[in-house]
Amino acid sequence: MNLIQAENVTKRFAGHTALDKVSLEVPDQSIFGLLGPNGAGKTTLIRIINMITAPDEGQILFSGRPIHPPDIAQIGYLPEERGLYKKMKVGEQALYLAQLKGLSKHQAQAKLREWFEKFEISSWWNKKVEELSKGMQQKVQFVVTVLHEPKLLIFDEPFSGFDPINVSILKEEILRLKDNGSTIIFSTHNMASVEELCDNIALINKSKKILEGRVMDIRKQHGSNTFEVEISGNSDIDKMLDPSYKILDIQGSSTHTILKIRTMDHHKPNDLLSQLIGKVQVHSYREVLPTMNDIFIDTVKSAQE
Amino acid sequence: MRKIWLIIQREYLTRVKKRSFVVMTFLGPILMASVWIVPLLLASRTEGTKIVEVLDETGLFYEQFKETNEIKFTYITEDLQTAKQNLAKSDDFAILHIPRSEYTTPKAFYLYSYKKPGLSMKMYLQESANKILENKKLEDVYGIDEETLASVKSNISLVVEDIETSKKSYTEISWALGFIGGMLIYFFIFMYGSQVMRGVIEEKTNRIVEVIVSSVKPIQLMLGKIVGIAMVGLTQFLLWILLTLAIVTSFTAIYADQITKYKMGQETVANPGQLFPSDAMGMPDTQKGLESLSADENFSQMLDVFFSINYGVIIWTFLFFFVGGYLLYAALFAAIGSAVDNEADTQQFMLPVTIPLVFAIVVGLSFVLNNPDGSVAYWLSLIPLTSPIIMMIRVPFGVNIYTDLIPSMVLLVLGFLFTTWLAAKVYRTGILMYGKKVSYKELWKWLTYKA
Repeated sequence: MNLIQAENVTKRFAGHTALDKVSLEVPDQSIFGLLGPNGAGKTTLIRIINMITAPDEGQILFSGRPIHPPDIAQIGYLPEERGLYKKMKVGEQALYLAQLKGLSKHQAQAKLREWFEKFEISSWWNKKVEELSKGMQQKVQFVVTVLHEPKLLIFDEPFSGFDPINVSILKEEILRLKDNGSTIIFSTHNMASVEELCDNIALINKSKKILEGRVMDIRKQHGSNTFEVEISGNSDIDKMLDPSYKILDIQGSSTHTILKIRTMDHHKPNDLLSQLIGKVQVHSYREVLPTMNDIFIDTVKSAQE
Repeated sequence: MRKIWLIIQREYLTRVKKRSFVVMTFLGPILMASVWIVPLLLASRTEGTKIVEVLDETGLFYEQFKETNEIKFTYITEDLQTAKQNLAKSDDFAILHIPRSEYTTPKAFYLYSYKKPGLSMKMYLQESANKILENKKLEDVYGIDEETLASVKSNISLVVEDIETSKKSYTEISWALGFIGGMLIYFFIFMYGSQVMRGVIEEKTNRIVEVIVSSVKPIQLMLGKIVGIAMVGLTQFLLWILLTLAIVTSFTAIYADQITKYKMGQETVANPGQLFPSDAMGMPDTQKGLESLSADENFSQMLDVFFSINYGVIIWTFLFFFVGGYLLYAALFAAIGSAVDNEADTQQFMLPVTIPLVFAIVVGLSFVLNNPDGSVAYWLSLIPLTSPIIMMIRVPFGVNIYTDLIPSMVLLVLGFLFTTWLAAKVYRTGILMYGKKVSYKELWKWLTYKA
């Protein structure tokens, strides 16, 4: 079941097309990475899902039927360009934003207290926003976004401005939200966190979707037939191997050697292993998958050619 | 609806709780009241009496100058040189030297003093001297003595009465009310309209707007802000009226004696250089036509008229045109705020919005105030962009409900519905547009985007 399904979404602004027939599927209770270079159209797509703007063509399905205004109460959105009223007190402001999302004052107060305690920020309640650092403000914004326990959460660059400790706290919270039943759309340029968190991704470049699928599948598809082998000693391994295997990299200590070897397309993983077994002691053997970073750069570059 | 209400509440409360609001609310009435009180205070203070020595070589002016609270006269006979020397030693202010000449063709009198005389003293001396000389000529050449002269002098005052209501009215009071009403609307629209604009810019530069429009529609945010600020304006206005009244009444009660004395003195002395308080507010000179009525009668009649004016009509039309005019312009100000990234960029869009306002106040105060029933006044009070100001200037003079007020009000409502519709289209695109210098061409395109 897909929580969000975009069907041929097209949006044009004077002089340029921001989204060109983009279709994608965000499965229920998953983390979906929306990737793409700056200006690719990600924010426009997110705004369309949020019903801030309407598509010129195509539609968005929410739980299988066209999205309509009451659904936005089921969405929590943390925009990339985000801020708070500087002169307002933190608590007052969080209450206001929570009430705008449809919570009653009472509910909002109870939930805010809970979250503020969890994040250990209860002492900020009566501070003015302008007294907080940027990271602290981001924390408040995160709380406000997830407070009403929406079905769909959209995070646009959620980690910018956070220190590593807070990033890991936030990641934990995001995974916990998913376990509790939320679906998360996650837009970022931080590819390491995509690998770590996302189940599915879509890559948008120049207003077109150029890649979509499960993260593992995509990495396998983009596999470059490279294996990493750790063996005992530092024997002349290149002489032992069939010349169709290409050694890309050798790193060795006195007792062990780590090799990166590329195989040919028709080779199976076991072919290389069987060549090695009997000749050297194999400590570890694994396929090297490309990072999302590499895939991102390769795909965007090849799309441009 | 609940969401708009939340927005209105926030806009209202954050502004009302600001220190600047509290300060302005209390300072405003003090400033306004002081416009009325300070001249009274100044006038009721005696600056001390100045003594002018009259050195009259013609002998015609002996004991002829009328003395007032400010100026007394002594008549001296020394020659000018000694008089000048003596002046240094005495406390007297100046020497008025009237040189010997053919009295029918005197050229000039001379005033010798160490300090320069004020304009009011100069005018008083000049006019008194002319008057005395005129009377002398009338008596000597035409044989008309002072008594005959007094008996032929006529002073007619024009009492204006409405045929239908048979109420007396003073054009001067309508004039002042129109002036004040027009100015208030003008300032309120500017003050609170630009508050709307600044509020929108603040939300945009704070980057909070995208968070909010993911919960509410842009038009809800815009309307909430406009209505919230309107309520701030009405609150401030109400407090100003109450506080100003409180200050003025308590002042009047405390200084009641001095004011009456001042008023009496004012009209009997008729010192041309002195300020009548209404002059400070730009009112025409009310004294000339009213001289025949005694001071008491005149003052009390003016008060009667002042209190008999139908303030109900003035206040509700004021509130309507204030709110209507504000809504019309606030929507435009909101659209401007949404299209720019900071206040410095607002200039190019401000001009077309401020021109009709400035035009209305300039034409209103210079032209409509003097021709409140003319066709220019009529048409300008129909056009929604100018009607709030022009209508407030016209209302105190009396307008017809069916031919003037109702059409103007209907058009104003249609006008602000139109500007709000227009502004909402610009606004919803503008608030999400960052870092782009926007041109009029661009704005036109925004009007055609799908929401």
